[in-house]
Amino acid sequence: MTTQEALFQYILRIGDTNLILGQRLSEWTGHGPFLEEDLALTNITLDITGAAKSFLEYAAKVEDKGRSEDDLAFLRNDRQFFNAQITELPNGDYARTIARQVLVDCFDYYFYQELSKSNDETLAGIAQKSLKEVTYHLRHTSAWLERFGDGTEESHNKVQLALNELWQYTNELFEMNEVDELLIKEGIAVDLNLVKTKWEKHISELVEKSTLTIPQNVFMQTGSRKGIHTEHLAFILAEMQALPRIYPDAKW
Amino acid sequence: MENISFEDVFEGKLAKNEMIEPKDWMPENYRKHLIRQISQHAHSEIIGMLPEGNWITRAPSLRAKVVLLAKVQDEGGHGLYLYTAAETLGVSRDELLNNLHTGKAKYSSIFNYPTLTWADIGAVGWLVDGAAIMNQVMLQRSSYGPYSRAMVRICKEESFHQRQGYEIMTHLAFGTKDQKEMAQDALNRWWYPTMMMFGPPDSESPNSENAMKWRIKRETNDQLRQRFVDQTVKQVEYLGLIVPDENLKWNEAKNGYDFTEPNWVEFKNIISGNGPCNKERLAARNKAHDDGKWVREAAQAFAKKRSEIYAAA
Repeated sequence: MTTQEALFQYILRIGDTNLILGQRLSEWTGHGPFLEEDLALTNITLDITGAAKSFLEYAAKVEDKGRSEDDLAFLRNDRQFFNAQITELPNGDYARTIARQVLVDCFDYYFYQELSKSNDETLAGIAQKSLKEVTYHLRHTSAWLERFGDGTEESHNKVQLALNELWQYTNELFEMNEVDELLIKEGIAVDLNLVKTKWEKHISELVEKSTLTIPQNVFMQTGSRKGIHTEHLAFILAEMQALPRIYPDAKW
Repeated sequence: MENISFEDVFEGKLAKNEMIEPKDWMPENYRKHLIRQISQHAHSEIIGMLPEGNWITRAPSLRAKVVLLAKVQDEGGHGLYLYTAAETLGVSRDELLNNLHTGKAKYSSIFNYPTLTWADIGAVGWLVDGAAIMNQVMLQRSSYGPYSRAMVRICKEESFHQRQGYEIMTHLAFGTKDQKEMAQDALNRWWYPTMMMFGPPDSESPNSENAMKWRIKRETNDQLRQRFVDQTVKQVEYLGLIVPDENLKWNEAKNGYDFTEPNWVEFKNIISGNGPCNKERLAARNKAHDDGKWVREAAQAFAKKRSEIYAAA
């Protein structure tokens, strides 16, 4: 594997995670629990989808085969997607959406902090911009986790159930393979073990503060680094990619 | 000293083109008219998020997706300013929402039509927002201060939306054969419903007279409709599309187009709940509100606990 190939894989992983998460979150727009929150979550969705666009643009440039960010988003098959599985899970109720978002926001917060220092200037630049945004996202979603955890019995139960069911998808965020190994040596990629230590501390404090508990002895799901997904991804792509695939010659 | 009544002060302000502000005395009918108009407008923004939101997950490019998300979010923001403007008249948002959810309050009928293709997202931005701007530019000079000021901000954003819609139509109209057909089909379906947005003909418009007298509105439904047709025909021609009206003809004498009126029987039916999407739109709003109940309750319970802890400390 060349550095170029590894870099392409690496950026796809980050871009796809943002793309699929943004796609899922966008299902909430117009259907939020109240107007102010609808606007706030749509803001988060916009930032994340914008980040996806920036990363995929860069991936296309690194690949250098004449594909655009839209070709990457709309013309790859599910086995060629590398987003973390947690992002493709259905939104569920608002507790589940918030719980997933806290887990991913917190990952992104520490991940972008490290990626901002990358030797690759483009990656560092996108990470710096995204870090500013994610800092707000994390503040917003953490506040909701706390409200749900220490709100009513109903909200507490819903958000605890969400954490219990999502937890099995968290380890995937930190998995490393030959791509990471090669790029860490070059000072481009982030050592995810470092991110994991910070993430675990942060989440465990937040969960405790929210009067919730972290599920124990959970068997962890895996696969996305190899393009293996849950059953949900193919449905997401069928919907998202429909127009460019039906009208392959069209420009929009 | 001469005795000046509240009515005289109010009328005097109207005559001098001065704004009426929330703490000023105002006739009860003026207040009621405004609450009805502003809340209908707010509801229209919120319901309007649904037909456009319908295509967010299927937007055909990343740029189109981001632009559409931002647009739908703007509509929600407009709803928020307008509910706030209505609240200055002494009505609560809960009450207004309850009127929407129970079907008591009206909203713009245009959103009871379905968005069937991506071209509909272009047509909604171009035609529907275009028609809305025509109404709203006039409302920037409305006599009620909070409404007028909300409109200034809303108009700025709406003109972006109209350009966004027209941009989509341009891509389609100058695109492949399939895309051009999609654009024409959307125009065919949205043309008459858009014309209905200005309301019934002046001869049959029950609320217009007071609205004009109080300077809430400053032009009649028919005047606005005429201006919309005159302006839009040129844009249709630029796109190389055809206005779906065989009777459309330039009339030199009136310096405007003659055109076929929309089907007012259809209009009345849609207003009374019989449009293709009335039930779905209301059901979607109700579902979001009902599903959000425990979320709002949790936020309140949490805030209460925190304020108790704070008070005890």
